This record gives sequence, structure tokens and C-alpha cells, in this order.
Amino acid sequence: MEFIELKNVFKVYENGVTALADANLSISKGEFVFIIGESGSGKSTLTKLLYREEKPTKGSVFVGGINVGKLKNGNVYKLRRKIGVVFQDFKLLPKLTVYENIAYPLESYGMKSSDIRDKVLRAVERVGLKDKLKSYPNQLSGGEQQRVCIARAIVNEPSLIICDEPTGDLDPKMSREIMDVIETINKDMLSTVIMATHDKDIVNRMKKRVVCVHDGVIVSDKEKGSYIQNENS
Amino acid sequence: MKILRIIKKSIKDAFKSVFRNFSLSMASISCTAVTLILVAIALLVTYNVRNITSDIENVLTIVTFVDANATEGDIADIKDVIENMDNVSSVEYNSKEEIMEQMSEDEDMKEILDVLDTSPIQSAFVVSVKDVRKIDSTAKKLKEIEKVTRVKYGETLVKKLVSMFDVIKNGCIIAVIGLIIVTAFLITNTIKITIFSRRNEINIMRLVGTSNIVIKLPFLIEGFILGVIGSIIPILLTIYGYAFLYDYIGGKLFTELIVLVKPSDIVYLTSLVLLIVGGVVGMFGSTHAVRRFLKI
Ligand SMILES: Nc1ncnc2c1ncn2[C@@H]1O[C@H](COP(=O)(O)OP(=O)(O)O)[C@@H](O)[C@H]1O
Ligand SMILES: [Mg+2]
Repeated sequence: MEFIELKNVFKVYENGVTALADANLSISKGEFVFIIGESGSGKSTLTKLLYREEKPTKGSVFVGGINVGKLKNGNVYKLRRKIGVVFQDFKLLPKLTVYENIAYPLESYGMKSSDIRDKVLRAVERVGLKDKLKSYPNQLSGGEQQRVCIARAIVNEPSLIICDEPTGDLDPKMSREIMDVIETINKDMLSTVIMATHDKDIVNRMKKRVVCVHDGVIVSDKEKGSYIQNENS
Repeated sequence: MKILRIIKKSIKDAFKSVFRNFSLSMASISCTAVTLILVAIALLVTYNVRNITSDIENVLTIVTFVDANATEGDIADIKDVIENMDNVSSVEYNSKEEIMEQMSEDEDMKEILDVLDTSPIQSAFVVSVKDVRKIDSTAKKLKEIEKVTRVKYGETLVKKLVSMFDVIKNGCIIAVIGLIIVTAFLITNTIKITIFSRRNEINIMRLVGTSNIVIKLPFLIEGFILGVIGSIIPILLTIYGYAFLYDYIGGKLFTELIVLVKPSDIVYLTSLVLLIVGGVVGMFGSTHAVRRFLKI
């Protein structure tokens, strides 16, 4: 079994919207995969199924051999500790400094503060934010905030990093820098990266595997794909 | 160690939250305080009523007069029967002679007795009952015993008083339970609002893999803190207020017969009860809020 497997997955929300229909997908360890498609096509839903923010209505989702849909509520945290999630809106805690934001997950696991310090500094080094540790999120630019979010996502060295439109609110230059950071993490830490995006430039430039979703259906899945190519198919 | 670190952080967070939502916390604390004051009053009344009731019960007796020509054998038989009755706690026999002797120690009584031709004094059993509520049927049974001429237990008033106290006591118990539920409800709502204002934070905690118990813990502690702080004023009022009241009315109600419980005998226990009720109810209220709100 691959690291990530979706088998005949349907997701129907309570309001009756079918966000994902009969999705099949397998992703190996260490891969970098884009999930593309227009707004409302079901990209976020697909990622949410992976970190068990949503449960599949039908079919099964496996992450690292675990049947995520069957996971009990009380055990979801165990899965989340192995997955780092990066969002478009960063989801940082405004009252905490950069350091505290990144340390937050580890603190909540009850880790020793000296260990936390080591891990936070390592993560900060990867995203390049060393001189901003004492700043608060509202004192940072969008790109810097996204770096903090990424640092928080990788601080526990997860085997899977899920990004949902990480560059959605950033200008092209910042977007490129963020993508470089994520690509380096994918290479250096050997973490699997799954990124939902509709940023054509990035997808076309990076030459990675591209899975295209249209109206909840996976319509194409290509190695070294690009946005244009997928739109034509 | 890990658990200690988590608990330490939760306590810190709980205190932070109490102060951050200061006005809300104050509202919840004052409501808790008010209800706990009522709980304290109800508890003190209950203690006192119970005490008074048992005092009265102890002095309530049925005097059972025995026929003048009863033999010593008859007396022993009667005593046996009485002792084996259900509601009887103790029986004491006073013979005619003993009563006369007691009376003649009193100079005035002696004169009266000397004047009389035949003595009106009869031998009698003084029967104490266990439960004053059943005193009627016990008296009836006593009267049915052979050689018993009549029984006397005039205290219908006392009986009424005792049953009135029963009503007060039960009313207080119901009030206490009701108030505790109200307190829990108030704290539940406070914590709900705290949780609501921290929903963003909680969502992030869940996303980054914080376990449910760690998410819940600060709220439980916050509920506990609110409950305990809410019990402080009621406790002070119990300790100082009850002592003041006790001294003010001289430790008794209307008559020497109704003696109040000494402050030192009940205020500390009552305070402990208030503290525990405040803390436990606070935690219970917050557990409820957390469960409903976090769906975890
Ligand atoms: N929690 C939800 N409840 C109901 N419908 C939802 C919910 N989340 C998403 N949807 C619907 O599901 C579809 C797919 O949404 P989403 O996965 O967010 O798409 P994308 O991320 O590609 O923009 C949309 O039609 C959206 O309205
Ligand atoms: Mg989306």
C-alpha cells in the first residue's frame, strides 16, 4: 500500500453538495503533488479528508497505513502530529510571538522546553526567520507570516505536509520564495508534500505531479504536469 | 514530568483566561457567590433544624400510669411488653413511693400531700419514643396493655413544631439541590462564552495535534477556579456571619428549649461543603460546556 491511498472516496456535505465523487489516488512517500482546479472544485475537501478534518461519506482514505475515516475522534490528534498543515490565512495565534506560535504544538504535547527550543530554532532556520522570533504576527508581512505557519507545520518533523493555497494571499515574488522554502523542505526532510492551489505560474514553473479536480471529480493525474495542459484535457 | 508540564501550563492558561475575560468571570463568580450564600443559609438552617428536632425528640416522653393494685409481677410484665415495642427507645419505672419521696423533698408539695386523704399519685412508666411522628400509635398501644390506666403525652404543639421543621428541612434540601444546578448552569454558560472567544485557538490546537484532554484541561481548571473563588465570600459569611448571628440572639431561638448549634460545630464543615460544591460544580459546568462546544 502506498503512503496515501484514496479508494472510491465520496464526500457529500450535510447540505447535499457532493464535493468529491469516486476519487481514487495514491501518493508515495516523499512525493510533491499539486492538487489543482477552479474554486469550489473540491481541492480543500480532498486535503481535509487527509488530515481528518472531514470524514469520507463513502470509500476509504489511508494515510501511512491508517484508515483515517475510521479514526476515533479522541485519536485524531495522533494523526495530526504526523501531519503539518499550511493555510492560505496562516491561522497564527495573534497574541503569541513568532517563537511561541511555532513552539505551540510541541508545548501542547508536553515536550521539554529545551527540546522545544532546539526544534523551533531548526524549523526557523529552514524558513529563514531568525531575526523575527520576538515579533507578533501583525508586525510581519504576509510572506513572513506564511513562513511562520510553515515553521509551525514542520516543527515536529512530520512525514506529510499539506498546504491549502499557501500562496493565495501573497504577491508573485513572495509566492516564489515560499515555494522555494517548501520545495527545500520536501527535498531535505523527505516529507511528502500535497499542495492545493490554483496558482498557474507556480504549477507551471515547478514541474511536479499535478492532480486536477473538476466539480469533485479527479479528471487528470500527470507526472510533471502543468496547469494549461490540464485545462485542455 | 510531561503531565506536570501540561497541568502547569493549563493552570496558567486558566488563570489568564479568568483575567482576560474579567467582567465575564466576575459575573459568573458573583452569581456563584450568591447561590452559594443561599446554599450556606439552607445548610445552616438544615443543621439547626435537625439539631432542634432531635433535642425535642429527646425530651418527648409518654407517661404511662399503672393501676394501683398491680403486683410487682404485673409491673415486670408490663415493662417487658413496653421494652419490646417498636418505637420505644427507653423505659423508666417510677413507683408511687419513689414519686412521693421525690415530691416530699419539696416543702410545698409535702404540705399538699399531707392534706390529701388518699394519694392521687400513681406508679408510672416514663417511656421515651424513638420517632415523635409515631407517638400517637405508640401511646394507643401502651394504653391497650393490661393494668395500664391511662397515658399522658400532652405535647401536640411540639409535635406540630417537629413536623413543621421537617417541612423546612426538606424544603432546604430541595433548595440546595436546585441552587447547585443553577450554579452549574451559570458556570457552563461562562465557560461556553470563554470557549467561544477562543474557538479560533481551539481549532488551531486541534489542527496541530493537541490531544482533547489537553484542550479541555484549561477549561476544567477555569471552571474550578471560578467555583472556588465564588465560594470565598459565602465561606467568610458563614464563618463570621453565623458567629455574629449566634452571639446576637444569644444562641437560642425564642425559648431555652430551642438551642442553636454552636458556630464552631458547623461553620467549618459548612465552609468545606461550600468549597467542594463550588469547585466540583464549576468543573462539572465546564465539562458540560466543553463537551457541547468542542464536539470532542
Ligand atoms: N463545510 C461545508 N459544508 C457544505 N459544503 C461545503 C463545505 N465545504 C465545502 N463545501 C462545498 O463543497 C464544494 C467544494 O469545496 P472546496 O473543497 O472548498 O473547494 P475548493 O477548495 O476547490 O475551492 C463547494 O461547492 C463548496 O461550496
Ligand atoms: Mg479551498
